[in-house]
Formats: sequence, structure tokens, C-alpha cells
Amino acid sequence: MCATCGCSDHDASLHSHAHDHAHGHDHDASRRVTIEQDILARNAEFAAENRQWFADSGVFVLNLVSSPGSGKTTLLARTVQALHMEFPVAVIGGDQQTTRDAERIQAAGAPAVQINTGKGCHLDAHGVGHALETLPLPEGGVLFIENVGNLVCPADFDLGEAHKVLVLSVTEGEDKPLKYANMFAAARLLLLNKIDLLPYVDFDVEQCLDYARRVNPDVQILQLSARTGVGLDAWLDWVRQGQQQALAEQVRRLEAKLATVRARLACNESVNHA
Amino acid sequence: MHEMALAESILDIIEATARRQGAVRVREVRLEIGELANVEMTALECALQAALRDSLAEGARIECLVIPGQGLCLTCGETVPLAALYDLCPRCDGYPVQPTSGQELRVKDILVE
Repeated sequence: MCATCGCSDHDASLHSHAHDHAHGHDHDASRRVTIEQDILARNAEFAAENRQWFADSGVFVLNLVSSPGSGKTTLLARTVQALHMEFPVAVIGGDQQTTRDAERIQAAGAPAVQINTGKGCHLDAHGVGHALETLPLPEGGVLFIENVGNLVCPADFDLGEAHKVLVLSVTEGEDKPLKYANMFAAARLLLLNKIDLLPYVDFDVEQCLDYARRVNPDVQILQLSARTGVGLDAWLDWVRQGQQQALAEQVRRLEAKLATVRARLACNESVNHA
Repeated sequence: MHEMALAESILDIIEATARRQGAVRVREVRLEIGELANVEMTALECALQAALRDSLAEGARIECLVIPGQGLCLTCGETVPLAALYDLCPRCDGYPVQPTSGQELRVKDILVE
């Protein structure tokens, strides 16, 4: 009997669960159940599944994040045009509405699928997994995930990607890295886009990059213009390098698997000969 | 509104637990939200009211336990309070301060009947 509220502490009908928690005494028929579970745990599970799948298929996956209007789709269309003859490339695009971006990517030469998030402000790992039911995974190639234009929410949602790539354009403020520090901290690569417009805008490049490094000392930075093509080669090389690494990693995993099977076979043979 | 997605995840966690426990109603939900987590509390409460409607937890009291931000300053080596991620150390103005708590986003427990 609980001294405080008088509920029967050992009544099986009330306490058939494991007694690994403190009992609440707020009400005679109620009990407190400890959960201590991360709210984003489910997304993390889906992301881990995606990541495993990408690794098994040797796919290099990039999650492109930015504010709306930074030039992500133009950049992706140019990127797809340049790379789709070298290795398989596919694009998942996230927008609240319309399939305009997917149409632009398809016109550039790669399969693309659009996830309309409706009221949602970000893509999640579960949605990406479902998108891949209609979009074949580009085995041995690169999958670009173009997130919803938003520098806040996508920072918290792992999709299973290898890296987040943040696209920032010079028509935005140079203090964005400080204002949206979570996103800049989560990015592996910062692409400073629209540098052809620098003569026409008040944007202090060095100050911006300094802020970005303050928030994320390890961030890599490339400057380019998706429209004119200036600086695009360095970005394409960065993607190629990642794709090569993903393939090398797949080879390493397959060799390890092969070695295990060979060892098992050798073991069986020696037992049979004995 | 990524608070809506968080609210839906919270509902999933609550419902799964309540079902496992054979509960008919969830009366209270306690969350642990770090001060440095990417969450707007008012928006989360509002989203929860909508998400919990027509569920076992409709009308449940929501209690948010706010976990203060804290970090280790790599310059002076002290554990210091942290008001925002990537702030300078309030003791020595040093940088960076590695956050050690305040980024939590957890369902702590529920009161069921």
C-alpha cells in the first residue's frame, strides 16, 4: 500500500509492468511510466537504415541545405549535366509544393523525384526511404537530396547522408553563420554561391567565412557561381572524390565479407579432410 | 514548423508506451527539453495540443522540464553556463565552449491510468 495516496502497490492489475520506475502518486488509479527516450530516436533509426543501404550500394549521398533562393536547383542542374555521363546520379527534391525542381533536374539528365512536404519544413529519413521506392538508387554513383529551403529545421533531421552541404548565396547576409549556427555547424562543406554578383552587393566574403569557421572550424569552403560556372570544377571534383571514396569503402566491405566466407569454406574443408 | 514533427514523434513514443502498459488514458506527459535545443517551446506546446487530439493522451497535462545549457570552455577549462550555442565563454571570453548539456529532446515519463 502506498503511504501517500493509498493505491495498492502490488495490485497485479495496476502494476503488471516491470518495476523499473518510480511510482507516481498523483492519482489512485494512475502510474508513472519512465520512458527517457530521445524524441528524434525514430528518425535516427530510419537514418541508420538508409545509411546502411547507401553503404551496401556504394552510393555517395549528399544532403543539400540552404535558405530558399540560394540557387540549389540551378547548382544541381549544372552538376547533374556535368556528372551523369561519368556515373549514375539521382536527385530527391523536397519542397512544400509543386514538382518544378524535379522537372528541371530531369531535363538536365538525371532521374529525380519530388517529395512535397505539405506543411512540413524539412525532409525526414522515413520520407527519403519511401522516395527511394519510386527512384532507383544510383548504385556506385551519387544521390543528391535537395532539402526544403530552410536554415533551421533540416539541421536536426539526419537523412542517412554522408555529408550536409550548405549552399549560401552572396545576396544573403554575411552574418548567416552566426544567426543559423546549428546548420553551419552540421555542414561538411559550405558552398558560397552567386559570387558573380559580388560587385553588386554589400557582402564581406572574408567576414562571412570567418563567422562560418568560428561556428565550425572543420568546415570546407568553396566559392562558385552556378550560373556562370566559375568555381564549378572544384565542386565537381569534391563530389567525384566522395564518390570514389564511397566505392572504395564498398570494396573494403565486400572484401571483408569475402574473406569471412573464404575462411568459413577453408574451415569446412579442413574438417571434411580430417 | 518542425515542432509539429517533434509533436508527432512524441505522440508515437507516448502511444507505443501506453499500449505496452495496457493503459486506457495518458494523464500527464513530462518532457525534458534542453535550453540549447532547436525548439520553440510555445510552438511545441501548441503543436502538441493538435497532435494529441483524438489519442489516448488527449487533454493530457504537458510538463516541460527545461535543462539549462552548460559547456566546457576549451580555453579556461571551466564548466560554464551557456546561453546559446557557439557563444564565447562568459568567464574568460574564450572560444570554443563545448556544450555538455542543454541539447536534450526527450520524453521523460508519462502518467497513465
